[in-house]
Amino acid sequence: MNPAMNAATTTPAPAPAPTQTKASSLLAGARDTIPMLVGAAPFGLIFGTLASAGPLAPWQGQAMSLFVFAGSSQFIALGLAAGHAGLAVIWLTTLIVNLRHMLYAASLLPHLKHLPARWRWLLGFLLTDEAFAVMTGHYARRSPTIPAAPPSPPSPLSHWYFLGSGLSMYLNWQAWTLAGLAFGAVFPGLSDLGLDYAMAATFIAIVTPQCASRPHLGAALVAGSLALVFKDLPYKLGLLSAVAVGVAAGMLLMRVSARGQGVRP
Amino acid sequence: MILGMFLVTYATKALLFILGERVRFPKLLAEGLSFVPVTVLTAIITPMIFTPSGAGLELSFRNPQLVASIAAVAASLALNRQLATIGVGLLVYFAWKIGMGG
Repeated sequence: MNPAMNAATTTPAPAPAPTQTKASSLLAGARDTIPMLVGAAPFGLIFGTLASAGPLAPWQGQAMSLFVFAGSSQFIALGLAAGHAGLAVIWLTTLIVNLRHMLYAASLLPHLKHLPARWRWLLGFLLTDEAFAVMTGHYARRSPTIPAAPPSPPSPLSHWYFLGSGLSMYLNWQAWTLAGLAFGAVFPGLSDLGLDYAMAATFIAIVTPQCASRPHLGAALVAGSLALVFKDLPYKLGLLSAVAVGVAAGMLLMRVSARGQGVRP
Repeated sequence: MILGMFLVTYATKALLFILGERVRFPKLLAEGLSFVPVTVLTAIITPMIFTPSGAGLELSFRNPQLVASIAAVAASLALNRQLATIGVGLLVYFAWKIGMGG
């Protein structure tokens, strides 16, 4: 490890200052999403490239990014459309591929349900894997020791942070889709740079501290291993099954460890 | 096609948010949901890390994703700083990728 890196790590992360404003929360959300923006770039680029080469008109490729804003399902829809699948098949597949967002929404809901309706409509649209990861990290930092506990009083500006994260992902996705549509064929090597590893590194940074309790570590290990076993299942079904079994394993471990200590969960 | 995809996707993302206070999770479900972040995020990345070329397991020091991820987990445990963890992960990843000649 080089010395510059060490020097950087000794600087404490900026603590949430009491002087937070809407704008600073918005910017903090966007800032904490930067690695995700980098990680999503190659996917947006590939999507744009494929969309320009496939059965859709370029404006339709951009429209899909603008309105659907869910990468995996966009890729799959392109593939299905190229194979002349019917609309019902495309919509049903989209539903299954995107079901995981419902889990994210359920998981984040306790932090958001107090917000005015227009905020909930908007943040719902901006919900992605990446925004979920960033928000998970954000809320975990606010109540660090007990990720399982119900949230302490909702922080007044977290929705601005969410907006900053979601909006930056959204604009980033539009820009890279457009770049792919326009130049994808010109720079074919751009998507092989390995930028997508930024996403994995960020997820590790978010998940590792949350695995401090044995049930959470166990749940993560089970889900991670099963995701490998199931990785060839189509339409994210492998992911959903791995998560289901992982969650069950975590709940089981929670009961076992509670019994071991003579405490009710 | 795109309109239908939009409606379906928006429903999966926003339905629960829109219902807001009207949704009440039973205790067991709420407990299960507390495991969603660690399980989903882990399940998304393990195939990227362990099977980077999409074929079989690559449990080898020649796999830059794997080496960098081990370094990132170690960095997270040692430093508990998110940005530093990402930095270490990316640094090791690109150093390894270049060092391995590809």
